[in-house]
Amino acid sequence: MASEQLEEYLEAIYDIGEKDGTAKTSSIARCLNVAPASVTEALQNLSGKGYVKYEPYKGATLTEQGRELAESVKRRHRLLEVFLSDVLNVKGETVHDEACKMEHTISDDTASALCKMLQAPSRCPHGSLISPCNREVTDCVSCLAGEPEPAEPRGEPIRPVSDLEPGQGGTIAFIRGDGNVVQRLSDLGLTVKTGISLVRKTPMDGPVEIAVRRTKLAIDRAIADNIFVTSAPVKT
Amino acid sequence: MGGPAQQPREGEKAALPETTCLPADITVALAGNANVGKSATMNQLTGAGQETGNWPGKTVECAGGVLLHNGFLIRITDLPGIYSLSTFSAEEQASREFILTNKPDIVVNIVDASSLERNLFFTLQLLELHIPFIIALNQMDLAAKKGIRIDGEKLSGLLGVPVIPTVAIHGKGIAELSDAIVTLAREKTPPRVIPYGREVEDRIAKIAALIPEGAGNEDRRAAAIRLLERGSADLPGPGDSRADIAAAVRQYSAELERMHGEPAAIVLSGERYHAAERIVREVMDIRPPAPDDIPLSDRLDRIALHPALGYLLVLLVLGGLLFWTFIVGGEISRILTAFLESVAPAPPFVAGSAPEILATGAWTGLVAAVTLIVPYVLPFYLFLSIIEDSGYLTRISVMLDRLMHRFGLHGKAIIPLILGFGCTVPACLSCRILESSRQKLIAAFLTTLIPCSARTVVILGVVAAFVSIWWALALYAFDILLIVILGRIAFRAVPGEPVGLIMEMPEYHVPSGSVVLSQTWSRTKSLVWIVLPAYIIGGIAISLAYSAGLLDPINAALYPITVLLLGLPAITGVVFVFGIVRKEITVLTLATLFGTTVFSTVLSPVQLIVFGIVTMIYTPCISTIGVFVKEFGWKKALFVTAAETGLAIALGALAFRLLSLVM
Repeated sequence: MASEQLEEYLEAIYDIGEKDGTAKTSSIARCLNVAPASVTEALQNLSGKGYVKYEPYKGATLTEQGRELAESVKRRHRLLEVFLSDVLNVKGETVHDEACKMEHTISDDTASALCKMLQAPSRCPHGSLISPCNREVTDCVSCLAGEPEPAEPRGEPIRPVSDLEPGQGGTIAFIRGDGNVVQRLSDLGLTVKTGISLVRKTPMDGPVEIAVRRTKLAIDRAIADNIFVTSAPVKT
Repeated sequence: MGGPAQQPREGEKAALPETTCLPADITVALAGNANVGKSATMNQLTGAGQETGNWPGKTVECAGGVLLHNGFLIRITDLPGIYSLSTFSAEEQASREFILTNKPDIVVNIVDASSLERNLFFTLQLLELHIPFIIALNQMDLAAKKGIRIDGEKLSGLLGVPVIPTVAIHGKGIAELSDAIVTLAREKTPPRVIPYGREVEDRIAKIAALIPEGAGNEDRRAAAIRLLERGSADLPGPGDSRADIAAAVRQYSAELERMHGEPAAIVLSGERYHAAERIVREVMDIRPPAPDDIPLSDRLDRIALHPALGYLLVLLVLGGLLFWTFIVGGEISRILTAFLESVAPAPPFVAGSAPEILATGAWTGLVAAVTLIVPYVLPFYLFLSIIEDSGYLTRISVMLDRLMHRFGLHGKAIIPLILGFGCTVPACLSCRILESSRQKLIAAFLTTLIPCSARTVVILGVVAAFVSIWWALALYAFDILLIVILGRIAFRAVPGEPVGLIMEMPEYHVPSGSVVLSQTWSRTKSLVWIVLPAYIIGGIAISLAYSAGLLDPINAALYPITVLLLGLPAITGVVFVFGIVRKEITVLTLATLFGTTVFSTVLSPVQLIVFGIVTMIYTPCISTIGVFVKEFGWKKALFVTAAETGLAIALGALAFRLLSLVM
């Protein structure tokens, strides 16, 4: 199985899984516009490589390894979209279609160079969240200053605080953005390694309310999207 | 948030607080986070009508007050509520500079006892400045309710700073605080140095050693920390030592950045929070009441921030606010006007001797101001203060945050907009609570379009009374629509990046009578100082213009606009000119010029509606223009005035032609 095809399958399963939990063979076939029979074959292949958990008649879910790869492809895809639309001023469907082809060919180094050049964007032109890079960093400041990123991969999976459920908490591991964002947040007590919990989300994608250091803050959703916590549940 | 969103905003001037130049024995600055009871403490200390409220970041300009204690005259300046003395906002810089340049004898740091750790961050920054200060440990009652106990004496011992527990809204601990101010002003004991981590402290010491004694107005360690944080050496002093310092600062901040993978400023923030955590562990003891007992605040928020009920509540509260004010206000206004007219008639036009003209003009202005402020504006601000002090206003801004994004604003901007329904002047001033100059300008522009109580009086008195209440409501709705459209245009036209909302969510509490009253008064006060004189001078000017025979030339000059474009009688020209002074005078002028208060006998329904539209939208009143000039400069004020006047004429002309077809 070619790596491009493999990545396309993982992406499809990732997308469908986000919505429905388990990706059914038929949904994958529709998504990738291929025959269900070839999907079944491909899923067995992916399962053998350890990327998916496949149960005949039920469908496929990503393993940790599969999920990691899918997220990194998604990240490359969305960074490319930002590049195409914001830097090259490409408009319309071309943005998505060409990003779809390029995402399989660029290296991790190129992806991180893109991220730096685009000032660590948080969303693609269609509004989807771009997942953070997998390096052990606590913010983007030295990266954006042109220094090489550390080689060690991130130890624990992280997710944005806006992704938590009310009552859930975590420890701040990474704040995306330039020095000013990080400074503004750290002055309010949102520093790396601080326990933080989500109190509630407000309607219409409004600000999220968080609890940190015994105070409650309402924070714009776009800012909260850039505060990443380790998923280890911490009760604060 | 993209990169440029947080760039330092250039050209933004933070007004340095003005101090009243009264000679005082002791000067004091109040400093602390927003919403910790700073202004309430100010109130208690000075008894002045200092504005406070359950609204983070409300003290938008530094205000002064005076206290006489044990024979000492103490002058107190209230600094803006800020979370840091670093460089993020103009207010933070202004506060830091005030402390260093004006050198108050004592700084009183108001600290919220129920969130000690977060507040100590700011306290530690004050401590770095190495100036004598006192901690007022406020809201001790709220902290106790949450099961928090703080050992004030131990805290005092750790920091080398007097610590006074207070409950400012009830006046508890204020006498002790005043005593402590007097004692410390005599002793001038500086606080202890709380050392940070070794690798940070070593570098601070090395930089400090390079700074010549007495080079700036700050302590050498404080200067070293500031330089390390900013990574630059903007230090006054001899040129050769400056180059050395600059090199050292660059080297050490780069070293810190390599060690921590974070810029030096963030390393220092982290160090302060580490120290704060350490101190809190030693002095604080928490026994949460009952673990499954959901606090009342949380239960209220389940309704206030509910996707459906929450919006319904916002509508009910804001609708109720307007309804209460204008229905009840209208009634009080009628009674008050009748009473004042019975004292002495207030005709806008008098002929006679010069003193007579002046006296009558001034009296008319006074009557107009009183009958506007007392029935409409005062109740409106009273109601609003109650909503604000209870903590509900922050929920309204959270609920409407998304909506405000459409205008490049965020939830906090709702406060100037609501204030605008009362009077545009305080509304325009309150735009200072917003972070960027772009947000301030857009919000202030929108407040000039909000139908203030004076404009509401015109719409009620002309359109609702003689066409129908539905047309009046339609005009109101039209105005709101116009605000939305112009807001979108301003959003695109004014350059700059949006700044997202970060706002503290205070707990709900029962509004305190004294806080509500003093806040209502302080808002109304800005009106009394700015609007009342404008009314009186305007009243005199109108009388003079009349007796000088200027009415006919004005009408003739405006004939092309009033008659040809708007289809109104020529005498409305002078009405619109007088309306620049105060919009609601248009009703009175109209009545006098026509010799009747039944406008339907002299104007057609179409003319009444056109008149209403133009009065509502054309030029902001003279007091608003004055405030706009002060806040944003001549050019922007002139542009807004001209644009709104042009728009009003265009819309009026259009309405005249369209409505004539159907009515």
